[in-house]
Amino acid sequence: MLAKPPTLSAQDLACRRGDRLLFRRLSFALEAGAACHVTGANGAGKTTLIRALAGLITPYAGAVQREGALGLLDERTGLDPDLPLGRALVFWEQLDGIGFLALESCCDRLGLGNLLEVPVRYLSTGQKKRAALARVLGQNAAIWLLDEPLSGLDAASQALVSELVREHCAAGGIALIASHQPLDVPGMTAFAIEDFAPADMEEDA
Amino acid sequence: MIAALLRRDLAQFFPFTGSGAALPVVFFIAVAMLFPFAVGPDANVLAKTGGGVVWIAALLAAILPLEKLVARDIELGFFDQLKLRGMAEEAMMAVRLIAHWLSFGPPLVLATFPAAALLKIDGETLQILLLGLLVGTPGLAAIGLMIAALTASLRAGAALSGLLLIPLALPILIFGAGALAREDQVSLGFVAAISLALVALAPFAAGAAIRAAREN
Repeated sequence: MLAKPPTLSAQDLACRRGDRLLFRRLSFALEAGAACHVTGANGAGKTTLIRALAGLITPYAGAVQREGALGLLDERTGLDPDLPLGRALVFWEQLDGIGFLALESCCDRLGLGNLLEVPVRYLSTGQKKRAALARVLGQNAAIWLLDEPLSGLDAASQALVSELVREHCAAGGIALIASHQPLDVPGMTAFAIEDFAPADMEEDA
Repeated sequence: MIAALLRRDLAQFFPFTGSGAALPVVFFIAVAMLFPFAVGPDANVLAKTGGGVVWIAALLAAILPLEKLVARDIELGFFDQLKLRGMAEEAMMAVRLIAHWLSFGPPLVLATFPAAALLKIDGETLQILLLGLLVGTPGLAAIGLMIAALTASLRAGAALSGLLLIPLALPILIFGAGALAREDQVSLGFVAAISLALVALAPFAAGAAIRAAREN
């Protein structure tokens, strides 16, 4: 299916937010089939790391290398709030070209089948999260960057996220998940972003 | 990809279908309707000042859609998702500019007919007015897009954008309304030139602005 096996790696990555250095000397390399769990307290820099890996922000230092299409899930759905869920998802389906049937099966999988006529703004927090997951799932990207995929989800949906990540990695995809909740994915590596936080201010000065 | 985005943007912003509704056009006609009430029904006065009033109404109507033009899609993460699919911010903004202009330029030109009737504007003046609006509104749309993108990450952005648009739109207003008082069409040439330069610049300026908005 994929021309080249996907890879995602960071070398000596450092990012800051405002004047504050969040983490530095962060390096990792993920090969096809790898899952990685990034943990860290609120504000430690998980989201910043994900946005830097996605190429949305420029890291303060270091480099990101990736091979393969990116799928990003964060706290924003990317779905038009005024449109019915089905039509909002179809827009991304048109860009990603996966076909209506594939989109439909993604929605059924995530229990959204009977919500397709409902405008996105009326969906609950958990339903919105699942809708955004359907968008990522439908994108068919090799690399998944999931920022807090479990927040707002009930236990059954949380188990489903783990299942989807397992399937994605078994199919040769890469998943990097930032979350402070545990996921049930065998063979998943993990690191805490706090391990890369600057030791104290003097060191950086 | 571009075509799908243009369809989506048009559906978002077009009068009667999108969330913006026909508000700018209704506002435009409302201003034209108010003016005769304020200055009296003297046909001479109205015909002399009417063209300028239409221009001011158009300028004010151009401010209305700015609030939702860029900020909403930044909050949605919409541009981020497009970026992941390899689309440049400049392309997103160029599409947005086309959709924004189509959603208020041509409707304003059409609404000029009833406005002209209310203001007793004669046929020849109406012709210059329509031509002026047709070449001037792309420039207004371009200024609006740049301002909307620059102020998208500010909390008071919506109020500020109206204030910023007025001075920047002055050259278009001066030459556009000035064309009504002249025999030749030189002024309209200036309007077209200003519009062209603004339309060419706007996607780059607005694209850089939404890139910068990500960094904070």
